[in-house]
Amino acid sequence: MSQPSSTSELRDILKEIERISPEVSLKFNDSIVSAIYSDAERITRKVVSQKGKHKVDWDKKLDDVLTSRTFGIPSMILLLALVFWITVTGANYPSAVLATVLFWGQDRLADLCVWLGAPSWVKGFFVEGIYRCLAWVVSVMLPPMAIFFPCFTLLEDMGYLPRVAFNLDYLFKKAGAHGKQSLTMSMGFGCNAAGVIACRIIESPRERLIAMLTNNFVPCNGRFPTLIALAGLLVLGAAGSFGATFIVMGIVLLGIVITLAVSRVLSATLLKGIPSSFTLELPPYRKPQVGRVIIRSIFDRTLFVLGRAVCVAAPAGAVTWLLANINVGELSVLAHCANWLNPFGRLLGMDGYILMAFILGLPANEIVLPILIMSYLATGSMVELDSIEALHQLFVVEHGWTWLTVLCVMLFSLLHYPCGTTLWTIWRESGSVKWTAFAAFIPLGVACAVCFVIALAARQAGWV
Amino acid sequence: MGLIHRFFGINANAENAQKVNYQKTSYTIALTGNPNTGKSTIFNTLTGLNQHTGNWPGKTVLRAEGSYIYRGMVFNLVDLPGTYSLLANSVEEQVAGDYLCFSKPDATVVVVDATCLERNLNLALQVLEITSKVVVCVNLVDEAKRKGIEIDADSLAAELGVPVVSTAAREGFGLDKLLSAIAGVSTGSTITVPYTVKYAKRIEDALTKIEPQIRKLVGEEFNSRWLALRFLDKDQAVISAIQKWMTEKVPLHIKTGGTALA
Repeated sequence: MSQPSSTSELRDILKEIERISPEVSLKFNDSIVSAIYSDAERITRKVVSQKGKHKVDWDKKLDDVLTSRTFGIPSMILLLALVFWITVTGANYPSAVLATVLFWGQDRLADLCVWLGAPSWVKGFFVEGIYRCLAWVVSVMLPPMAIFFPCFTLLEDMGYLPRVAFNLDYLFKKAGAHGKQSLTMSMGFGCNAAGVIACRIIESPRERLIAMLTNNFVPCNGRFPTLIALAGLLVLGAAGSFGATFIVMGIVLLGIVITLAVSRVLSATLLKGIPSSFTLELPPYRKPQVGRVIIRSIFDRTLFVLGRAVCVAAPAGAVTWLLANINVGELSVLAHCANWLNPFGRLLGMDGYILMAFILGLPANEIVLPILIMSYLATGSMVELDSIEALHQLFVVEHGWTWLTVLCVMLFSLLHYPCGTTLWTIWRESGSVKWTAFAAFIPLGVACAVCFVIALAARQAGWV
Repeated sequence: MGLIHRFFGINANAENAQKVNYQKTSYTIALTGNPNTGKSTIFNTLTGLNQHTGNWPGKTVLRAEGSYIYRGMVFNLVDLPGTYSLLANSVEEQVAGDYLCFSKPDATVVVVDATCLERNLNLALQVLEITSKVVVCVNLVDEAKRKGIEIDADSLAAELGVPVVSTAAREGFGLDKLLSAIAGVSTGSTITVPYTVKYAKRIEDALTKIEPQIRKLVGEEFNSRWLALRFLDKDQAVISAIQKWMTEKVPLHIKTGGTALA
């Protein structure tokens, strides 16, 4: 058997195959698989016997509802809403207590400075700069995190997360992305950087990039407290925590919709291709180990994330204070920047200070709101900031926020570029400056476009 | 020079190969199964500390190998990645399928989960398509018993035409029987008559046309029915591996992403 002849024989075989089944469709594969499955079923029926009357199969009953075509997604939304409601309602009280305690501490520190006879800039830099920013991060972030993380981990421990992936798989496939992207997206609720690393589970480079570029559209825990606080501002006095839950829920769902939309656009333009299939095992439901879950989520996640936020908040507080207190001519550096950004901010339904806070908040999203409060405080009168009412006083009464401002800040926070850690992770994972830039500018573009359109529409319609 | 050749050269290998043919004392066993079936537990129990890990060439899929001695024979166990199928939907499935087809282990153990036999049998049937030297290990029988599920190992063995062993690897139950079944199949003292899946008429017709041609091409080197099936499914990775094998005549061990590595 000489080589040329055998090569031509192979070519003949391939030609013959092309003649027998010319289509590239999956029909052939389906037929093979279904033959194997039906044989497996037949053999199983022969050799397996179920002894005694087995009690009700709860796994199956639960899955019939939680992963059904009709009830799957609604039940998922309901569960998510329940978690948010618990978080929003539960976080109010400890948040208020923490704020009272920490700002009492601020007054005592200020007293200490006065007693020591320290110059006023020392008091300003350390107490009003660094300490206040830290106090805000802790009192605003800790309670929602301490409630949200254990809830989320409980769902994970019960085996619900793979069902979420199962429910969303169809939608992601429709968007030209990989079904596993629903899992990396869920990870993103915890932390976008973790979500980006989780994208390794997607084998196809095209789909992995789509998942990495769109991970930022779900709010990470750094942005949840911001969203929750602002949602509280929006429904102040009215329906209370139910209203706030509703708004946060809407924002999260919008984030998912935009994830799908951007994935769809990417897979039709920059990253063309067809989605690949995968096998997902739905593990049995398990009774969650409540005690261990709570301890694990507090130590592994809550304290870890809080520690990182504190590390970033301290220098950010210092920088903000410096910017707000170093004057060039009549105005501070911060005011100069804010004034310069103001027209652009107005176009997006916000103002210059807000944009400035988002820019300074690049290292970590959790410090956007504290920075904003600090820069407002540096220019306005001093208030005790220990409640939503105080926030209302500062934002709405003193700086003229409307519902449109709040909405646009929430949307911008949801959609704008990922935090510095996430960008760095994307660069490490993709190994490409180009894709990292895309990961920053695609969300920024989407955020600007959405805010611009909403602000324009609201103003044209005369709602504001 | 002669000495160096004897130790390091090709001749040394050839001599060894002849010796091995004369009296084979070492066998290669592949371990496959769905994820979460206790495959790794079995691997660890059998090999103990005699194992080393690495990656499959060019893949980020973990490859674990280990060995154990049974009745004076050395068995090298290769832990294939856990898969649900061998139809090359993922890197893991490709690695597992290629190893079974092209590296031709002396025996293949398919670990199946007794609590959900049906889903696991899909893989077992696909393995039986590639190689006849198979031992089916029904693991987690203790868990199945708790759920009131009983599996008739004898009638399963009769159906599949290969030895079937019930085990509860975590308790060490049934492992001695598994060892002797593996030895029986790999030495050839146990004759197997593997089950063949009967496909739809359209596919069977196509197979009867294509399979003889492929057999003519590869001889008895590889399983021609399986190759014909993969060809008909237009599995480009398999097709290009065969192409490469024909032009270079290198023994195919593991093919990675369409290129053969000797």
